[in-house]
Amino acid sequence: MPPNPQSAPPPNSRLWTLDYRLTATAAILAAVAVSAFGGSINAYFLDVAMTAGIAIVMAVSLNLINGHTGLFSLGHAGFMAIGAYLSAAVTLFVGPHLAGPSPAAITTQLIFLAALVTGGLTAALAGFIIGLPSLRLKGDYLALVTLGFGEIVRVVFQNIQPLGGALGLNGIPPLTTFAWIYGAVAVTVFTVSCLVNSTYGRGWLATRDNEIAARSIGLNTTRYKITAFAIGAFFAGVAGGLFAHLRMTIDPRGFDFSRSIEIILMVILGGMGNTLGVILAAILLTLLPEVLRPVAEYRMVLYSLLLVTLMLVRPQGLLNLRFGKADKLKAES
Amino acid sequence: MPHPFRILAAFAALLLFAGCGPRDSATPATIKIGNLASTTGKDATYGQSSTRATRLAIDEINAAGGVLGRRIELVFEDTQSKPGEAATVAKKLITRDKVVALIGEIISSRTLEAAGVAQALKVPLLTPTATNPAVTATGDYVFRACFIDPFQGGVLAKFARDDLGARRAAVLTSISSSYSTGLSQVFREQFAAAGGEIVADQKFAEGDKDFKAQLTAIRSANPDVIFIPAYYTEVALIAKQVRELGIAVPMLGGDGWEAPELLQIAGTAVEGCYYSTHFSASSSDPKIMDFVARYRARYDGQSPDCMAALGYDAAHMMAGAILRAGSPEPLKIKEALAATRGFEGVTGRIDMDANRNASKPATILKIEGGKFLYLKTVTP
Repeated sequence: MPPNPQSAPPPNSRLWTLDYRLTATAAILAAVAVSAFGGSINAYFLDVAMTAGIAIVMAVSLNLINGHTGLFSLGHAGFMAIGAYLSAAVTLFVGPHLAGPSPAAITTQLIFLAALVTGGLTAALAGFIIGLPSLRLKGDYLALVTLGFGEIVRVVFQNIQPLGGALGLNGIPPLTTFAWIYGAVAVTVFTVSCLVNSTYGRGWLATRDNEIAARSIGLNTTRYKITAFAIGAFFAGVAGGLFAHLRMTIDPRGFDFSRSIEIILMVILGGMGNTLGVILAAILLTLLPEVLRPVAEYRMVLYSLLLVTLMLVRPQGLLNLRFGKADKLKAES
Repeated sequence: MPHPFRILAAFAALLLFAGCGPRDSATPATIKIGNLASTTGKDATYGQSSTRATRLAIDEINAAGGVLGRRIELVFEDTQSKPGEAATVAKKLITRDKVVALIGEIISSRTLEAAGVAQALKVPLLTPTATNPAVTATGDYVFRACFIDPFQGGVLAKFARDDLGARRAAVLTSISSSYSTGLSQVFREQFAAAGGEIVADQKFAEGDKDFKAQLTAIRSANPDVIFIPAYYTEVALIAKQVRELGIAVPMLGGDGWEAPELLQIAGTAVEGCYYSTHFSASSSDPKIMDFVARYRARYDGQSPDCMAALGYDAAHMMAGAILRAGSPEPLKIKEALAATRGFEGVTGRIDMDANRNASKPATILKIEGGKFLYLKTVTP
């Protein structure tokens, strides 16, 4: 922790710096518990819980870009698509060559890990490449470039016939388990929180809070932005890989603009830059449509209504106690 | 500022709430069949038509005493036309509602998601309308009540060549739809094999509104017929622009054309065009007339489209299979479905082939005087 009084966290920070460790531990414990008793848990609940886990990875990684570094990215689904397609390609086309016709369980799991990492790294590379020119842009312009990027990725996959084209890739082995997802959740939350709370992470916060000031004290803000973008893209790619091996079929339309918006909603609702809030928002926004199923056709109306209400009641985010500008000003005055 | 633990408590309450819900609302004497379709979102019209007719069929079966002396309970879930949703819904229906069989989805890509789940959990799935061949290749628990794209594409190519006497055909494919690319490929192969020539092969993407560039290229190729394998929303816009550019040749399409909205949006532009489908509401077959009358009586005078007819047939095929299975066990229903032979539905005589695809006739309709008119039936 740098001994800079300006960037020192507010008094209640002890609880909040502990949060990521708590969250990560909770995720690991949940993964272990569910893996042990997985057979007796209803497949639907497990499915919803796994969907929520993927949403958490997506939201926390986007939070690094949007919340902590202050870059408004609208293309997170694009990174997810890259991760999904690349990792599926590895398990479908590369895996069988490496492991032979009937591989041992451990080999399959290792190949899956390799597939996830490949998906993540490719997404990170894509984040790096589009970040280089576009992260010199600010605000609305950056949002437009990332929006365009997300759409380009979708259209590119739509036109690659070996990857299924418009029909998408089918027959992906169902390798994603609860343990894999919540393992990924733990790693994501832990890595992102540690990075943000590190000396390097202060650079991201400085870039977000006041870019001119950050540059004037010699921070290379473009580099900070690109690293945030690439790391966020990596975890989005991993989440995409998990999604592909959970759903067993991926379709370019599954990674369109509305998916990006869904994740942004989680980040905004959870409170920009608040990891715990974003996790809760991701869980909430995954559960809500499922809880509302009994009301059938009014479900999406009610869902939207609840969103509007939540935004009106807590515009600073569900749990944003730390980074809200209003709070800070109030504390100072 | 609420204490964080209070918010956590609220979450815990929500989780508990998620665990509740309608449980054991039905008496155990019913046989539960799941129905998943998109009744909201961009494919809403298809899902609504199909589900309404499925419900009509189930109500008729129940009114006649049900199957095996038990009532059938249809448990419906909406998939919102959203990728990823069908798998969750299928899991919910199978594991929470304990359905013994599934009817749905409507669109091939989402059916593939649900099919993977149904196959893994060993519950038979019968899709009324997913025409892509990949769907039933998922496994031995996945069936369909409609014909597949290669059959339809072949019928259309033959119709264009023999009945319309076309020698030069132009194709306009939606690159973002697997339905469109599948049909287009078969049509191009079969039309060329029948001695025709594909003079223009243009593409567009879902959501496009302006097709003038592609259509100008098609006009300069001077075709006898334009084949547009796409859904009605795009077909309506394309047809209007075709006529605006002064191209007078007939247009030809598949079952994606089937929707009253096509006539409303395109108006006279689609006059004199043809498309293949599963069913015609203007047929004089008494079985079909009877179905149309009952559907109209139930749903405010609306005419059933092919999605409705297939939804209706799928429900009857499923009920018939349960009856022949002798018990509502997924494994036995699966075997009975696979043994479906000579099923007389409103969409024609259906035999289930070895690949679990329905072998059945296609109907060709002509658009004339602002109506879909029955032209001919093509048997496989």
